[in-house]
Amino acid sequence: MSGVLGRSGRWSAVAAGVSVAVVVLAGCGSGSDQSSGSGGPLAGQSITLYSGQHEQTVDALVKDFQQRTGVTVKVRSGDEAELANQILQEDAASPADVFLAENPPALTTLEERGLLAKVNASTLAEVPSGDSSPRGDWVGVSARSAVFVYNTGQLTAAQVPSSTKDLADPVWKGRLGIAPSETDFTPIVTRVIKSQGVAATTAWLQGLKANSKVYDSNEDLVAAVNRGEVAGGVIDHYYWYRVRDEQGASDMHSALGYFAPGDPGSLVDVSGAAVLASSKHQAAAQAFLAYLVSKSAQQIIASSESYEYPLLAGVTDTRLARPLSETGPVVPASDLGDGKQALQLMQSVGLL
Amino acid sequence: MSTTPALVRAGLSLPRWWQARRRPAVLSTVAGLIAVAAVLPLIVITGQAARSGWEAARRLLGRPLVVTLLEHTLALTVTVTAATLVVGFTAAWLVERTDLPGRRVWTVLVAMPLAVPEFVHGYCWVSLFPQVRGFAGAALVMTSALYPLVFLPTAAVLRRSDAATEEVARNLGRGRWAVLWRVTLPQARPALAGGALLVALYLLGEYGAFAMLRYTTFATAIYTEYDTAFDTASASMLTLILVALAVVLVLLDVRVGRRGRVVREGTTARPAAPVRLGRGRIPALAVMTGIVGVTLGVPVFALGYWLVRGSSTTLPSASILGATATTIGYALAAAGVATAAAVPVALNTWRHPTRWAAAVERAAYLTRALPGIAVALALVFFAIRYTPAVYQRSPLLVAGYAILFFPLALTSVRASLTQVPHGVEEVARSLGIGPITVLVRVTLPLIAPGLGAAAAMVALTASTELTATLLLRPTGVNTLATQFWTYTSGLAWGAAAPYAAVMTALSIPAVLWLTRRTLGSPRTPKTLSRKGGLS
Repeated sequence: MSGVLGRSGRWSAVAAGVSVAVVVLAGCGSGSDQSSGSGGPLAGQSITLYSGQHEQTVDALVKDFQQRTGVTVKVRSGDEAELANQILQEDAASPADVFLAENPPALTTLEERGLLAKVNASTLAEVPSGDSSPRGDWVGVSARSAVFVYNTGQLTAAQVPSSTKDLADPVWKGRLGIAPSETDFTPIVTRVIKSQGVAATTAWLQGLKANSKVYDSNEDLVAAVNRGEVAGGVIDHYYWYRVRDEQGASDMHSALGYFAPGDPGSLVDVSGAAVLASSKHQAAAQAFLAYLVSKSAQQIIASSESYEYPLLAGVTDTRLARPLSETGPVVPASDLGDGKQALQLMQSVGLL
Repeated sequence: MSTTPALVRAGLSLPRWWQARRRPAVLSTVAGLIAVAAVLPLIVITGQAARSGWEAARRLLGRPLVVTLLEHTLALTVTVTAATLVVGFTAAWLVERTDLPGRRVWTVLVAMPLAVPEFVHGYCWVSLFPQVRGFAGAALVMTSALYPLVFLPTAAVLRRSDAATEEVARNLGRGRWAVLWRVTLPQARPALAGGALLVALYLLGEYGAFAMLRYTTFATAIYTEYDTAFDTASASMLTLILVALAVVLVLLDVRVGRRGRVVREGTTARPAAPVRLGRGRIPALAVMTGIVGVTLGVPVFALGYWLVRGSSTTLPSASILGATATTIGYALAAAGVATAAAVPVALNTWRHPTRWAAAVERAAYLTRALPGIAVALALVFFAIRYTPAVYQRSPLLVAGYAILFFPLALTSVRASLTQVPHGVEEVARSLGIGPITVLVRVTLPLIAPGLGAAAAMVALTASTELTATLLLRPTGVNTLATQFWTYTSGLAWGAAAPYAAVMTALSIPAVLWLTRRTLGSPRTPKTLSRKGGLS
């Protein structure tokens, strides 16, 4: 495909015609198109990205992609959940070409509604298969690990609970913080249900609720732990690194602990990207996904202020204390589902 | 009369019966159409709620949390509304009716919390006093943020109302407190009721500030359905419960606020001689200092703290300038649209106080009780299907603001119309002037302060709106609020603080102007001398 289009030369004058041609050709299922080098076959096209991810990191990625391909990316940054809702409302008319999310449930919800297109096989092949949608509707781009953040004035490393189960123990009464409405919390509950069943999970949630102060967001929670309002809480690792950036290492009164391997709280959650089925720029959108798992993009992620783990083999973020391989398995998205069961359970005990 | 528009001249040449029947029809049709536009989100939400299954509805409403959340919402609404009435009326009475020293300065300071966006209020309190939490914390913060909505209209009414009634009461031997209770308070009743309605409706749908204060209300449950469950149908259904509560409030306001109309017939109002506070001066000053210290001091201090303290002070000055210009542009456009839309609706009820007109006007208030996300998503749903040309373009964002803040504009316009003596328009018309000329040359000038107040209120609120802005803005466009959100959600408080500071600074002229326009400077020579005596 790139060969056919590549010969035609100057694009800007016939941009409209080209985009039609690309759509038609892409519709023929002509497979993956690896676009690399600026002024590639897609140059002059424009795609719209709905991004729920860290804005500065996404800006860096988009800039690099634009230079390499000549494709213009219009970024619509927002809250992941609100963007997913927006796509649900827009339905087939959505102006979005690509959705970059923070957690699998948002993508799974869109997948279940049939709003996502299949990701090119070559893109999916770049990252471990468990990091992407089992149906191939979205690809994993980066990862975050669940951690136990604790106030160093109130707890020592040895006192960090090894299992999420311990958090329901009355010894923690009034000392924990949780942010149950965060999309990062649901996967942990889903995993507890999976390993212990509904009845035990309900009891666990009730214990957790009795022990905890409820925060609206992980941002609030990590700040509360750092200033000692609560002794500890479960968050994603990167919140702590961002707070450290903001407050300076000398003002940090907290540290990260990890749950034992195999525990429901020991999990790595993937941020993924998808192409909308309704996108009229399938080829350019797929090219953006292919770029996100490329070495250059992953290196940008590895050195960004978002502090997420890159997923491509061979790229590591040396600033993160614990390498991805040691923080726990990436939970297959199929295990997490859309999180409905966990949600209903949290609602029934009054956490939501 | 040479400026009379052709339209009017044409209107004048029409037969009398036609004029008589036709003109009210035109006005009420326009008012009706505007009201429909204002409740558009409500219509979409009702449609989406219908898609929620009976089973899901039962599960959601039957769970234990819903009862708790409803209790929270009701308790907070009642408490904060009552508190804003007390604080708002006390402050208005002190600055308008007593010899409190420095009344002009106090007037501005007391109105100033309006300049601080609600989520900045919450953020400031939480970052300085983490112990301000739960019910008491939410009540404190919301009262601080919202009481100017009661203060401004009440002060305006007190300033303009005629002293004669109070003097008569006093001459008849009533004591100072009896006059306050039996005369002054009833005079202010429509203003108090209007302010209280805005406060109460706002509290029903508010989410962000409570979330920060770790207090859950019914709106929390709605946000959960949207943001964690991605379940539009269930969220819409829960939203309808808020609407039902809002209907109750609106009906209540009709009963309370409608009684008695503050109309001055005939002569110009004479300002009252100020009540001498005497020894009460010290406690009065303490009260005012307390109000201002709590409601204004905390936000100002917290913003200063983060400006100095945060290490992420990578001040991207270009983006601040761009975001500021964008914010001002949208805010002014929204103010213009909302105010223009409020005039026909308010005028319709004022000229023809029928049940139908009142219903149309009241329906427009219901939107105020809807959570921002529900309104914004409903507009997304509507716009992409029926007006795709403006989807994610500036007109849609402006329309969104206008719909969200229409009730604010309507309240101001309505309040200023109650001060216009009935019959003024008829007198003008009997002199042979066409209806549009009467509107432009007589009615609108009379309610000009109200129009100014309406525009300032809308501009002020729109310039700090976040949820709907994120969903409706053109792709790539940033306002001060969205930038503030970007940085706070990335935990970069230092980088976020300048945006909050600019937002607040930007609002200050609007508040100053609002204070001056709403309260106006009375025109009689007598009052001028009173003002002179003050400074």
